[in-house]
Amino acid sequence: MTDKPRSFQEIILRLQSYWAAKGCAVLQPYDMEVGAGTFHPATTLRSLGTQPWAAAYVQPSRRPTDGRYGENPNRLQHYYQYQVLIKPSPPDLQALYLGSLEAIGIDANLHDIRFVEDDWESPTLGAWGLGWEVWCDGMEVSQFTYFQQVGGHDCHPVSGELTYGLERLAMYVLGVDHVMGMPFNDPDAPIALRYGDVFRQTEEEYSRHNFDVADTEKLLRHFEDAEAECQRLLEAPVEDPKTGKRIIMAHPAYDQCIKASHLFNLLDARGVISVTERQAYIGRVRALAKLCADAFVQTEAGGYVA
Amino acid sequence: MPDVLIELFSEEIPARMQRKAADDLKSLVTNGLVEAGLTYAGVAAFSTPRRLALSIDGLTAASKPVREERKGPRVDAPEKAIEGFLRATGLNKEQLEVRDEKKGQVYFAVIEKPGRSAAEILAEVLEKAVRNFPWPKSMRWGAGSLRWVRPLHSIICLMSDEQGAQVVPLEIDGIVAGDTTRGHRFMAGDAFRVTGFDDYEAKLKRAKVVLRAEERAEMIWHDATNQAFAQGLEVVEDKGLLAEVSGLVEWPVVLLGAIDDAFLGLPPEVLQTSMKEHQKFFSVRNPKTGRIEKFVTVANMETADHGATILAGNQKVLAARLSDAKFFWENDLRIAKEGMGAWRESLANVTFHNKLGSQAERIARIAALAGEIAPMVGADAALAVQAAEVAKADLSSEMVYEFPELQGLMGRYYAEAAGLPAEVAAACEAHYSPLGPSDDVPTAPVSVAVALADKLDTLTGFWAIDEKPTGSKDPFALRRAALGVIRLVLVNGLTLPLLPLFAQASEIVGKRDAGKVEAFADINDLLSFFHDRLKVFLRDQGVRHDVIDACIAMDGADDLALLVKRAEALGAFLTTDDGENLLQGFKRANNILTQAEEKDGVEYSFGADPKFAEEDAEKALFAALDKAEAAITPAMAAQDFAAAMGAMAQLRAPIDAFFEAVQVNSDNQVVRRNRLNLLSRIRSICLSVADLRQVEG
Repeated sequence: MTDKPRSFQEIILRLQSYWAAKGCAVLQPYDMEVGAGTFHPATTLRSLGTQPWAAAYVQPSRRPTDGRYGENPNRLQHYYQYQVLIKPSPPDLQALYLGSLEAIGIDANLHDIRFVEDDWESPTLGAWGLGWEVWCDGMEVSQFTYFQQVGGHDCHPVSGELTYGLERLAMYVLGVDHVMGMPFNDPDAPIALRYGDVFRQTEEEYSRHNFDVADTEKLLRHFEDAEAECQRLLEAPVEDPKTGKRIIMAHPAYDQCIKASHLFNLLDARGVISVTERQAYIGRVRALAKLCADAFVQTEAGGYVA
Repeated sequence: MPDVLIELFSEEIPARMQRKAADDLKSLVTNGLVEAGLTYAGVAAFSTPRRLALSIDGLTAASKPVREERKGPRVDAPEKAIEGFLRATGLNKEQLEVRDEKKGQVYFAVIEKPGRSAAEILAEVLEKAVRNFPWPKSMRWGAGSLRWVRPLHSIICLMSDEQGAQVVPLEIDGIVAGDTTRGHRFMAGDAFRVTGFDDYEAKLKRAKVVLRAEERAEMIWHDATNQAFAQGLEVVEDKGLLAEVSGLVEWPVVLLGAIDDAFLGLPPEVLQTSMKEHQKFFSVRNPKTGRIEKFVTVANMETADHGATILAGNQKVLAARLSDAKFFWENDLRIAKEGMGAWRESLANVTFHNKLGSQAERIARIAALAGEIAPMVGADAALAVQAAEVAKADLSSEMVYEFPELQGLMGRYYAEAAGLPAEVAAACEAHYSPLGPSDDVPTAPVSVAVALADKLDTLTGFWAIDEKPTGSKDPFALRRAALGVIRLVLVNGLTLPLLPLFAQASEIVGKRDAGKVEAFADINDLLSFFHDRLKVFLRDQGVRHDVIDACIAMDGADDLALLVKRAEALGAFLTTDDGENLLQGFKRANNILTQAEEKDGVEYSFGADPKFAEEDAEKALFAALDKAEAAITPAMAAQDFAAAMGAMAQLRAPIDAFFEAVQVNSDNQVVRRNRLNLLSRIRSICLSVADLRQVEG
């Protein structure tokens, strides 16, 4: 019998130590607003090129349209994903993954764990892969993907990506019905905090902001700015005139791509993007992601050899 | 005669691909073996979530040696020709034989291919099959370049005979074929060795894997129905779901669970759809009440607590799903009871097609058209308009957003909740029908009016903006819409000339979207599109395409019911002896006439006069034509095609007798002209019934 974690943060800590023990570099969240852990450059960019890579991290993620003012038992506009990316994907990745479930108290002999077909695609990142959603007793607990293409580039070698929706997974493991009631730290701590103590108010504030108040004209302008800036950074000459070094600004440009993507999500939540325009915006973000990918593979981390 | 066992063991193969993959493996391998000169006695293919397997019985141990002789160029032929021959045969000059032929000395290549062992051939064939496997989607993994549906981990390639089992040497991208496999992911121990197919299947079963998909499906259905029966319930049959679920488990364990009482008030279709789509649960019904009260889930695990944890988890997930559904349902009902105004307003912001306006504009067009159609199909015009106005309101509902396949059905529930008349509620559900060639066709007049209006608006709209189906591309399902109209008309026996309706629909499209749609639909082009669909439809019912063509060429061909009636009568007529012979007589008359008209440059179309008739047969034909005409004209006016064709059949004997006795091209020009004009009467009388020129034979 595996011992059960007692709080949200304990589940995160256990995942961190598990993947650290399996040799992953435990990174910190990316310091920008993103829609999913995949957007972290440690996944998007590092899945490109030939350099081996192994990283695990928590990524706060924002989906403005999913805001429910903190009332819905499992929908949030801000939530956490746990992300693992290993390149090349090791042959025992499924076993490693199942080990991580055991580490957070899911006993495979008592539960029904299944790999159900679910092909992953991110139209904004120009990325796709094949894999599964992993079910535990009928509930989706993770996404498991072998990246085939990112930013329009074929992945060679292939990265294996694992994404855990932390709140949902934790609610299941801890037996909690409403996310806001979930213990954030240990329930016996002198100051015991629930998820709602940390996030209910922010969910309310952001729901109001995202749905009704965010200034769409400014957002549109910021979108255009981010798009232009991304392109400008990548158009700069490869050789830095000051240092004389070859410096391609793939990451700063990619930051602008992330920004554009999040601004698009906000505009979408504000309901000002029509169905036909939607495709056009997604295409514009994808074009940026592709430019950044093109640039990254020209850098050392992207496998460039002078 | 060795037997063969092949297993390709991988990470989880999508359920929907397993069956075809097993079949593909079978045909790729057996075709390859046969092409290489081997034969076999029997073959069977299997699939589970983690493996494809193939068992071949009685394979020949080796292929026969082959000796092939090929004649080459002459010895004194240009060097290039000789080089080409060497390349083609893969030999060098010294290996060629020189033989004396009549034309001189000629090179011969004698190629002897020794027989090859089955193992060698099998290794080659299996590698090729793996490398070229037709997965719908395949992937690479790790640092390798092999493609498979998901990472491929191991291969069994084993040949066994009386002497024992031998691994066939084979390596594909670093995977070396062996004789070991693994059982169930969680319930079995380490990898184990197998010696042949029987051993393989038996050991797999001990390792908690049921190899045969049919056996797994059988186990699931048997256990599910038994458990339900024990509680006085029945499992709602769903063959597609059963096939899918049996591809998700290697060791099926059926668990029956209860749906929380809080959700039993949801429409049964909602429960069923939510459980099936999200959770792959079977619905379990109480036959006394007809309500869905429980569910069956199929786990892949036997556990110490007999599935209690698994079932509790599944119940919890279901409860979360159904609370969503209940939330949607309750919100939707509130808006429905308020008259659905909010939904109809929001459809103004949903684009139907950028050149055809919003959903709201489309609905207004359909309503206007439904009102026009209503009197023609015996429906109350006000009800038809009302039904059309609300029929698509459910597209804005939360339930349909979540489960698009429930569109229409939810419309009916919500219309009922809104207190709308029963005919209107029924039309909400039925107006999408018929969707396919075997789908039920609505018969309630209001439903028929809205269903026709919906489809005709779509067709004339897309015709107006020139978005017609081409080849295999029909993104707006316009063929289906046309077939829907055809079936609505025929099943309901509607007298409904289409051209005026097209004109009306086109007028409405144009009027509503002035400026957006530049041209009206070409309604004659649209009619011929309908005729093409009708031909396909009638051909499936056994009506000959030339018979339909003969009727389409007639006036009034936009009245489909009439057209079909005419085609059926003509088809029946042509199967009779008289019909067949009359057709020959008509063709003969028409040929002679057409040739004469071409030669003389005139049209012989009137003025045949009995006083110039010389022969008895000629006079008799005059009389017969008078008589036939007198019968055919009123019969056609009354659309009594059988009577018209009966009268036409009476012409067979006189026409035959005429051609027997009379030479049309007489030297006497007056007589010749008169006879040609007589033939013209035959032609025009027959053509008034159907365009027999189109009929083959």
